[in-house]
Amino acid sequence: MNNDFDRIGRASRARRAAVRAVTYALLTFWALMVLFPYYWMLLTSVKSYSAYNGEYVPAFFTLAPTFQNYVSAFSEVPLARYFLNSLIFTVVTTGLMMAVIIPAAFAFARLEFRGKNLVFSLFLALMMIPNELVIITNYQTITGWGLRNSFPGLILPSVTSVFYIYLLRENFAQIPDELYSAAKVDGTTDFKYLTRVMMPICKPTIITIVILKVIECWNSYVWPRLVTDDPAYFLVSNGIQEIRENGFGRENIPAMMAAVVVISVPLIALFLAFRNKVMSGVSRGGIKG
Amino acid sequence: MDKRQNDLKGWLYLLPAMLFLGFFMVYPLVDVFVYSFEEGYNSASQTFFGVGLYNYAYVLHDPYFLQALKNTFILVVITVPLSTIIALLISVGLNSITPLKKLYQTVYFLPYVTNTLAVGLVFMILFKKTAYTDGLANLVLAWFGRGPVDFIDGPYWAKMFVLCFYTIWVVMPFKVLILTSALASVNQDYYNAAKVDGTSPFRIFRKITLPMISPMIFYLVITGFIGAFKAYSDAVALFGTNLNAAEMNTIVGYVYDMLYGDSGGYPSYASAAAILLFAVVFTITLVNLSISKKNVHY
Repeated sequence: MNNDFDRIGRASRARRAAVRAVTYALLTFWALMVLFPYYWMLLTSVKSYSAYNGEYVPAFFTLAPTFQNYVSAFSEVPLARYFLNSLIFTVVTTGLMMAVIIPAAFAFARLEFRGKNLVFSLFLALMMIPNELVIITNYQTITGWGLRNSFPGLILPSVTSVFYIYLLRENFAQIPDELYSAAKVDGTTDFKYLTRVMMPICKPTIITIVILKVIECWNSYVWPRLVTDDPAYFLVSNGIQEIRENGFGRENIPAMMAAVVVISVPLIALFLAFRNKVMSGVSRGGIKG
Repeated sequence: MDKRQNDLKGWLYLLPAMLFLGFFMVYPLVDVFVYSFEEGYNSASQTFFGVGLYNYAYVLHDPYFLQALKNTFILVVITVPLSTIIALLISVGLNSITPLKKLYQTVYFLPYVTNTLAVGLVFMILFKKTAYTDGLANLVLAWFGRGPVDFIDGPYWAKMFVLCFYTIWVVMPFKVLILTSALASVNQDYYNAAKVDGTSPFRIFRKITLPMISPMIFYLVITGFIGAFKAYSDAVALFGTNLNAAEMNTIVGYVYDMLYGDSGGYPSYASAAAILLFAVVFTITLVNLSISKKNVHY
């Protein structure tokens, strides 16, 4: 009898171990699929031009790493300029957006005024409008205002996001009414209540929104491509496309990869630093995929 | 406080948002329909000949649009089911382990925070065959005794394969993230009850896990459809900006090409194409919704 128990126990333990091994194998396989392009871009970026072009069969490692490609990336193409443009675009767009959506979310969550519910429903309806539908007229508008190849032209249509207003309003609305009444009794103004009480309480949501918008701005490609054709105003996405089509001469792939590494690092660093914030933010409000 | 003053204050707080939305969303939304019905619109002189459906007819007969339509449909039909199934497998695996789980989650999420254009360039290099090298993908093919294929400038199916592969790679983080948290939130009592009854793991998955997370799967299918129909920058990353020449254009790419670039200057055609796209996406979302009413357990 005891032997039977042992045997069945051993068998089920063995089966569980096998399932576990297969699970880890599959997970590791996909992890390698995800990591491999990053490895390849890092590897290629430290191969020298002649070494890379001499490899008919690509080598999986290099024994003579060089940083020459990073020097080329900054000296032969205006990578620093693309980088700076993206930085300005990201900071100003995100800043402006926060300045616009925080008061709007506050008005929807806290203030009482005529027409509030109607406007809020209209805002919610706007969430369903895809960007592709409005970008055509925006292009005509910005061109008409003579704002092509300028920062206002890049930034203005990218500022609003109905979804973030909605997300923030939901968070603001969770703050108990008693706090507001107490503040009112103390004679606090609405603006002071917003900046001193509501914003600190909702700081996690605000940070999440900022991070999501930064990711969106850093990776934006379509709108910048439409309104800029002067490389002096290219953002990193357009810069990388320009480098691919005209920079370095077509064959200098190691230098291209160095440029790709440089523009990928900031967001990866941001993600690793704020891992939990980014992931919870995306699962609440991510729209890509 | 005075009621009118309250009204004024509310609208004042809303004013910046209303201005931005008015200029860059509401007005364009009306305008895109106007454009799409204006025949022979000229960007330079801002004049047009007449009003009618000519722009739609033109777009629907344009071989480039039909090519883009075909590409987009193939992309949607392949990537949406495949990416959802793979993401489900990965999430189930991820949820069954404890050590290293966080590490795997972090790795899987990386593509979400990487510039699609930048990594697309890496994929291009991995798959491209040049005079100097067959590229890494062909090296792998050679291990299995298959001949070199140029995935970037070669046959149609090869280019479509790379596009689908890259699209799946890009959309996976979001799906894995959503499904992992959905799986983690299934009440453990159900599993314990099933274990007591001696239910097989496969049956547990089909009868408990799938129904419990079906709303999230359904959400991913809908957002997946919408996202795949709007595919564009992934294709640009792989095949360059001249997608028509590469036979790899998408509907959104067609809209932008009509608007700007060497083939641009036709906002009316672009508008008609954008509205057709929106109509397709809208219809499919409605169909999805009606199917879900029967099969999704809330």
